[in-house]
Amino acid sequence: MGISKTDISTTCLSILGTLAVWEILTRLSQIPGFILPAPSAIFVEAVTRYPLYLYNSWITFYEMVAGFLLAALIGVFLAVVIVYSRILRNIIYPQIVVLQIVPKVAIAPLLLIWAGYGITSKVLLALLIAFFPIVVNMVTGLVEIEEELLDLCRILQSGRWQEFFKVRLPNALPYLFSSLKVASTLAVIGAVIGEFVGGAEGLGHLIIIANTELRTSMAFVSLFCLSILGFLLYGLVVLAERMFMPWEKWQSAAQAAAA
Amino acid sequence: MAAPSPRNEGSEGDHGAIEIRNLSKIYASQDGPVEALSELSFAIADAEFVTIVGHSGCGKSTLLKIIAGLLPPSSGVVKVRGRAVSAPLSDVGVVFQRPVLLKWRTILDNVMLPIEMLHLPRAEGTQRAHDLLKLAGLIDFRHHYPAQLSGGMQQRAAICRALVHDPSLLLMDEPFGALDLMTREEMNVELLRIWGDRRKTTVLVTHSISEAVFLADRVIVMTPRPGMVADVMDVNLPRPRLPETKLDPRFGECVRAIGRRIGLLYI
Repeated sequence: MGISKTDISTTCLSILGTLAVWEILTRLSQIPGFILPAPSAIFVEAVTRYPLYLYNSWITFYEMVAGFLLAALIGVFLAVVIVYSRILRNIIYPQIVVLQIVPKVAIAPLLLIWAGYGITSKVLLALLIAFFPIVVNMVTGLVEIEEELLDLCRILQSGRWQEFFKVRLPNALPYLFSSLKVASTLAVIGAVIGEFVGGAEGLGHLIIIANTELRTSMAFVSLFCLSILGFLLYGLVVLAERMFMPWEKWQSAAQAAAA
Repeated sequence: MAAPSPRNEGSEGDHGAIEIRNLSKIYASQDGPVEALSELSFAIADAEFVTIVGHSGCGKSTLLKIIAGLLPPSSGVVKVRGRAVSAPLSDVGVVFQRPVLLKWRTILDNVMLPIEMLHLPRAEGTQRAHDLLKLAGLIDFRHHYPAQLSGGMQQRAAICRALVHDPSLLLMDEPFGALDLMTREEMNVELLRIWGDRRKTTVLVTHSISEAVFLADRVIVMTPRPGMVADVMDVNLPRPRLPETKLDPRFGECVRAIGRRIGLLYI
């Protein structure tokens, strides 16, 4: 299952190859730069105006991380409430399902009216898009426990707190982290959509400007920055997963051996 | 949080460790009530090893759950050390068919779970956990995660967990049912070795007749649904029991007698 040097070099070579073919094709075919810029032109754009991209990347990163963290906090909290209170479950669950069904992109203009053109509306949109999978997965993780384990808890006279912290919460961690991975990619989408709809900052805003001014290389650099931010957040979640669940590598190894 | 129930209190020697009278359990199901256990009565003495055999679905596991206080009986009484059982007992160690270890805890931390949950003295508990792990041959694996261990080793860890708080009663529900035959026979010898160290009143449910005879002082044979006591057989084999014990003619006799009683043998 490990990644070998050959794997890495194959991937790098294939990326370099694609870029080379792209460069050659754009030069040979005389495609205008505003339709498809050559990789070299994109590179030049990135290097010459890096402060612009750095600043706007920071704005977008801030929005998506804030939205993601809030989604994680609220998602976990709602899941615990849903699992432990029947009344609150009946109140909350149907409403968040309805909220999930409404397309978030359609809510975005409303959020601008409510939260303004600044960062808040983008954070809210990222939060709204990202929190649903966290709630659903966390509820599953808290509930799907071997019956014998719950019997054991009863025999060991564990109260609700002990059962929650020693059994239910750690049991939910793998579910939580797989939903956090999904949520991290959703938070990026949320932040960018927010910037598309209105605002004066962020990579989404740059893409809109690039489009209206037909500066396609600018759009490409923005997209590139956006992917890096997405990777970064996803990577941080994976890192946290390894830190919080050191047993997981053995678990998956055992499952692979059993399969 | 309830304190662990005091042990050795109100024990009236004559009544033995467990006393079951006219125990019945009726489940509600879609097709109407199902009688799982019917008018069960028997007693188990202190430090006795009793096995319960019967067809699957004869209510063996239900019986164990009722003794542990995890399920209320429909009628009848279960007394453990002279007290009627009405809530889950803490003075009990349980082993299930699957190890059900916490996969996020190391083996040692898994064995320590009862100490933590029952708020027992930690130093003493750690010492006992180490002793048990040594006895079970798992001491070198105490910092491993369950997924790093084989099924048999995991089940041995589960047995250590069941014994770490020094309960006076050990309840085992087909503890070796999920293991392959060779591991299972090894585990039988292991279990007796660990059990012999500090004899606990033990009730073990199994559907293997030879396992039941090999382990037990007495075998309770149950009828298929509704579960009733078909017979109680004394096993007069010397302890410690070793793999050679199975060559003893008395072992074979006992297995045959139970086989006939259960309806597997007609000779």
